[in-house]
Amino acid sequence: MAENSSNKGGDLRRITWIWVVVSVVGEVLFWTLLAKHVPPGRMTETAQSSQSTFNLLMGLAMPVLFGVWVYMAYASRVWSDKRNPNAAMSGPNARNNSRTSVAWITITSVVVLFLAVVGTIGVIQDHGSGGGEGPNPVWNPPGATQAETAALAGTATWSPGSDKVLPVQVIAQQWRFTYRYPTFGGFESQQLILPADTTIAFNVTSLDVIHSFWAYQLGVKADANPLVNNVAYTLTKSPGTFVVRCSELCGIWHGAMTNNGSVVSQSQFMSWAQSTESANATNTALLPAFAWTYVPDANGAAGGYYIDGKVTPYSTVEQYGAKQPAS
Amino acid sequence: MTISAERSTNEMAGTPSAPAHRVTWPQRPGWLSQHLGTALIVGFLGYLFGHWLGNLVAHNYTYIANDGQNTVADFFGLLFMVVGFLGGIGVFNYPLAKIIGRTPEGEHKNRDGWSKYFRYTLDHKVVGIQYIVGVLLFMFTGGLLAMAVRSELLSPTTHLFSPDTYIKIVSEHGTVMMMMATSIIVGPLGNYLVPLMIGARRTAFPRIEAFSFWVFIAGYFVIFSALPLGGFPTGWTGYAPLQTQAGPGMIGYLFGFAVIGVGMMAAGFNIAITIVNFRAPGMTWSRLPIFVWSILATAALLTLATPVLFAAGLFGILDKTAQTAFFVAEHGGSSYLWENLFWFFGHPEVYIMALPGFGIVGELVPVFARKPLFAYKVAAAGMIGVALLSFFVWQHHLFQSGINPDMRPLFMLTTELISIPTGFIFLVGMGTLYRAKIRFEIPMLFCMAVFFNFLIGGVTGVFLSDVPVNVTVHGGFFVLSHFHYTIMGGLLFAFMAGLYFWLPKMTGKMMNRKMGMWHFWTMFVFFNLTFFPMFIIGLLGQPRRVFTYAKGLQGLNDFSSISAYCLGLSFLLFFVNLMWSMFISPEKAPANPWDSLGLEWQTATPVPSHNFDRIPVITTDPYGYGETPTAVPAYAASDSGPTGSTSQT
Repeated sequence: MAENSSNKGGDLRRITWIWVVVSVVGEVLFWTLLAKHVPPGRMTETAQSSQSTFNLLMGLAMPVLFGVWVYMAYASRVWSDKRNPNAAMSGPNARNNSRTSVAWITITSVVVLFLAVVGTIGVIQDHGSGGGEGPNPVWNPPGATQAETAALAGTATWSPGSDKVLPVQVIAQQWRFTYRYPTFGGFESQQLILPADTTIAFNVTSLDVIHSFWAYQLGVKADANPLVNNVAYTLTKSPGTFVVRCSELCGIWHGAMTNNGSVVSQSQFMSWAQSTESANATNTALLPAFAWTYVPDANGAAGGYYIDGKVTPYSTVEQYGAKQPAS
Repeated sequence: MTISAERSTNEMAGTPSAPAHRVTWPQRPGWLSQHLGTALIVGFLGYLFGHWLGNLVAHNYTYIANDGQNTVADFFGLLFMVVGFLGGIGVFNYPLAKIIGRTPEGEHKNRDGWSKYFRYTLDHKVVGIQYIVGVLLFMFTGGLLAMAVRSELLSPTTHLFSPDTYIKIVSEHGTVMMMMATSIIVGPLGNYLVPLMIGARRTAFPRIEAFSFWVFIAGYFVIFSALPLGGFPTGWTGYAPLQTQAGPGMIGYLFGFAVIGVGMMAAGFNIAITIVNFRAPGMTWSRLPIFVWSILATAALLTLATPVLFAAGLFGILDKTAQTAFFVAEHGGSSYLWENLFWFFGHPEVYIMALPGFGIVGELVPVFARKPLFAYKVAAAGMIGVALLSFFVWQHHLFQSGINPDMRPLFMLTTELISIPTGFIFLVGMGTLYRAKIRFEIPMLFCMAVFFNFLIGGVTGVFLSDVPVNVTVHGGFFVLSHFHYTIMGGLLFAFMAGLYFWLPKMTGKMMNRKMGMWHFWTMFVFFNLTFFPMFIIGLLGQPRRVFTYAKGLQGLNDFSSISAYCLGLSFLLFFVNLMWSMFISPEKAPANPWDSLGLEWQTATPVPSHNFDRIPVITTDPYGYGETPTAVPAYAASDSGPTGSTSQT
């Protein structure tokens, strides 16, 4: 029943050594082989933020995982009933060891609070980290609020080298995304083409049910809610292609709600936008006026369910102006 | 001198007074009394009545006339089906008799034999075993649906199901599994063991306890009825306004959760009061078994969080029948209302699923390590901390939804904070294993698997709580794998540990060891092979609930699907073991096969209906392994030795 003093510290020393070796090997392998390739990649500032935060988390998680696994493997081998010639440890230290408990609680608290701080800094620095910030974003890139207000007023412009924010509206409906460009007359396109080295302000809304605009390689994800404008920012860097998928179950064809998009050079984008604007001019004239949200008729999400066909939405642009109440 | 804290147990003793008027019809013996058969019959009749009533009331509503589908009739049908089912089993006999002023006949008085398992019974042990069957019913239904889901995902281009059918299978799988997982430990093991562990004869409200079981079964019928009603397309999260757009099968989901919710509230309420009030003398809070602590924390969550779900379900039903617009933005409602109501319940819900798993490993590891539980107070504090904090983290499910952006750092902080008490179970588990003498029996293997799986699940939860990473991993297979690792890898493995551990006590029969080893290893290996690749699939961009995906991901999806079939076979193996060990070729169990010091093992086998001949006086917690030459069981050995036990070291 007495504590076995012959190798009191020996077990823990051995475990620690094995843990250190395994962790170092794991970290080296991860950082040299995998870290640069961690999704979603490095195409935009928000994608880079997502990747680097993931790598930091992985760097911290690996020692934790290895620590517990090494300990459990050691325990299963060395302290098993069949292999352990000694009785199980007993005495007051078996019930509690305040140093261990305090150390555990302190270390886990410090790590976890550090991660919360890092995450918060990331969200603020990257203007929301590519996630939907709702209709009233708090962390706006410079020039974003002006661009958004101008877009609604119909006076927004963008040109290569202007360093302006490009507002793009994402309209989700069952079961397709379409995109409107208010800086180019508000034409609606099924193609999502974006300029490189530009801050993009995605304004995501839905015409029926909840969807989610997930531009994978851009590191942008924003839910599309009916009658709500959900704003997400990113800063594109180099040209490339990306894929857009719906990531909120929206009905039968949710799995098929996907399209490709591309980031092109600023001049290529300008020529595409201008030519599409003029080519689509007659269609654009038939569309509803550009707005942050669109009020479908009674045949929106609920079909002909509400019989009087009138809609009385909670918040309209007329009632609340360009800002809508936060949810 | 033993203080005998016997409480009046007239129903148990079986001697009601003889009143002038007796309500006798439910108590006829045999087939004509009330049992599952009468419940099914009256429930079916109730469905027909409700459907007829709904048609009568609502056939001339314009939207119903246009639609051709009468959701009001469907709802009333389900409502009266549940009421009829409960009435048929005998839930209303006692209250009705009291209301009309008659002396009620005592409920079914512990008939011997198997018929008591089909009745409304006041014996918490019978309710516990009934729950095992109920939980397995949900599990196998959900499991078959999972096999269908993985089959569809074998190829992104060849489809077994239409997209319509597929999404309904996915939704039903998730909902059935979540309903099962809520009660999987609290129901069977909580109800059976908590009174035994605290030295009580019964729970505080035996009728409410039995009611919680039969309403759980009624809820199964409701959620299952969604399929013939056309299924529902929203997944288990039921987001509006897709739910408003959906067909009548959605009523099965909304009402199913309401019904299950009533059972959850009842069970939680009953167990919490039992633990607070019915502890034996000397059972102070610091001597309470850690499993009971976990059930107490879970019961608090069950009682406090579920009403919000009930309200959300009610609003959804009103939207779909009475044309209100709680969740429909075009008419003044908000899709965010459902999201917030659902997740305000939904997050405590997943801790309802995690905490009992922690309680089981905390209870079992000392027995197999032959050491006291390390840092008991930290373990208990961790359970309370998790339960409290679980109400403050729900918006981490909504980071990208368009919530107030100021909330995101706040909920990131609270979610990171909740991982601190969640981690305590690892401190406690690893500390208990330190320099132990571990017996690798099957329950212990399952406990080690819980630690392994929940570690991965918990750490990936920290990834998800970080907003920049959340942008990539939310809504895809990464989060799906995270919650399968925590709920299935943690809770379900803990349930298996608990079953293998306590079935010898509950039934007097051991589970076959060889089959059990095969079951454990196949379940553990194939579980990890199924779900670990899903982290990678999610990182590579596959959303949840999709029937097609990028061609390059087919290899990983196929690996996952084949492993899932093998995982399904391991469950079949479990079922075969269960049938073999309990019915076909049972092996008698010794009185205390695991040499446990727990109070529940000091009762006779089979446990008599009144549990303890004399209420024991508690002198220590049940973790004194190795602390005296012959470890003293947790009760005072002098006067209150229960009959039929053998003292164990």
